[in-house]
Amino acid sequence: MSTLSTLKQPASLPAHLTQTSVGKKILTAVTGFIAFGFVFGHMVGNLQVLIGQDQYNTYAETLQGLGALLWVIRGFLLLAFGIHIWLGIQLKLENWAARPVAYKNETTQQASLASRTMIWTGLIVVSFVIYHLLHFTVRTTNPEYADLTDSLGRVDVHSMVVLGFSSYLISAFYLLSVGLLCYHLSHGVASMFQSLGLNSPKWQKRLDVLAWLAAIVLFAGYAAVPVAVMLKLVSLPGGGI
Amino acid sequence: MNLILKVWRQKDARDKGRLETYEARNISEHMSFLEMLDVVNEQLVGEGVDPIHFDHDCREGICGTCSLVINGSPHGHQKATTTCQLHMRHFKDGETIYIEPFRAKAFPVIKDLVVDRSAFDRIMQAGGFVSVNTGGVPDANAIPIPKEDADKAMDAAACIGCGACVAACKNASAMLFVGAKVSQFAHLPQGKVEREKRARAMVSQMDSEGFGNCTNYYECEAVCPKEIKVEVIAKMNREYFRAATTKI
Ligand code: HEM
Ligand code: FES
Repeated sequence: MSTLSTLKQPASLPAHLTQTSVGKKILTAVTGFIAFGFVFGHMVGNLQVLIGQDQYNTYAETLQGLGALLWVIRGFLLLAFGIHIWLGIQLKLENWAARPVAYKNETTQQASLASRTMIWTGLIVVSFVIYHLLHFTVRTTNPEYADLTDSLGRVDVHSMVVLGFSSYLISAFYLLSVGLLCYHLSHGVASMFQSLGLNSPKWQKRLDVLAWLAAIVLFAGYAAVPVAVMLKLVSLPGGGI
Repeated sequence: MNLILKVWRQKDARDKGRLETYEARNISEHMSFLEMLDVVNEQLVGEGVDPIHFDHDCREGICGTCSLVINGSPHGHQKATTTCQLHMRHFKDGETIYIEPFRAKAFPVIKDLVVDRSAFDRIMQAGGFVSVNTGGVPDANAIPIPKEDADKAMDAAACIGCGACVAACKNASAMLFVGAKVSQFAHLPQGKVEREKRARAMVSQMDSEGFGNCTNYYECEAVCPKEIKVEVIAKMNREYFRAATTKI
């Protein structure tokens, strides 16, 4: 069968996944799925703020108690995010290059706005994530958060969240970013199945619905925390602010 | 009917090109879009103007040679219709119609509305065939094929390789075309023998031609004159993953 192409082809699975169009799409979907898994788990974790200070601080302490494993998980997530962003940018640049001359009269048949703005929603999400980490994890923007402790002497992340979201500006930026992330996923979740080859005419509509449901559930779950703080449904233990 | 045409004119591959305005007068609504252009061209020749160059061959919707992006849609806005089968009755008297060539880096303009689609031929040459020596023609029922598989292969084989999918795709991706060709073989026992090699070879060739990457806009599916579904792209993705994880 020497009649088939003699073009040089990738020699290993990692090469297939990083050097070919179809491979890159598969890897974008896999890393997108990992990111989605994190985003979902993070939402469930966050919702414990609504239960109360003790519950949330216990949860935070459990995570911190993972020690080395926590760093392994962080490293894994960072790698997945890094690959997703890198491929997202690379695919977009290639796609722009593939149509050097634009149509004078361009129309859109059925592509959703969410699908056409993936790179922009993605890039805004990245910038939000960086700020978010500096705010609540590294606490560069608010070093005083590190001094908060609860009655058991634990780091009081519950109060940190309440204080953080007491600023309308921060809450508004948070809601906007989470909204864009969910918009990203309203296309991303359905797209991921197609990229992995898990689609059929029967499932296509259902996947679109599933993607929107996932986006709406995530948005509601994430928005609940700052909204609860702003409505004073959740407040500092002494009733402060 | 009378129409205003805004047509892309470009002397050769190097020319920058521009939209020119022409009037199409006394067009019968029973004419096909290409016949309408024939009438305009006769008029242009009469005036000593270089006629508008466009691709066509069978004019019965089966060869995939005709092209054109009409009012922003490859083969026009009529569903499941090639340009040669598109009738003028779908346009309104006095309407302005934009006519542009298929746009993609991998489909360079040769002249006016004619583009070079030989990238598709090279993709087919890379793996769009069965190279197993089958000997004489076997008995029709010698190799039983489930109806469902045969149907899927036939649906994919309906692709006429016109390139409208590339023209419609905002990424100028050729994945609907390549997906159709890969699927057509992957569903049949004769094609399964070389499925891994085929998926690798055709995808490599597609990438080297400078087509974009599918981002699941599904614009291709909407314009395909043969209504090829994006499930063929999902199938190609599965085939490719299988090939990438198989030693060949
Ligand atoms: C928590 C954050 C994120 C999640 C959960 C997420 C999730 C996803 C998912 C599931 C997909 C669909 C994959 C596919 O089409 O196969 C996707 C696509 C995409 N993502 Fe993200 N993403 C995130 C962040 C980002 C960031 C930061 C960028 C920045 C560049 C980005 C850029 C893209 C692009 C450009 C696509 C489209 C790729 C394509 O269709 O070829 N994403 N994302
Ligand atoms: S000319 Fe053959 S399909 Fe249109």
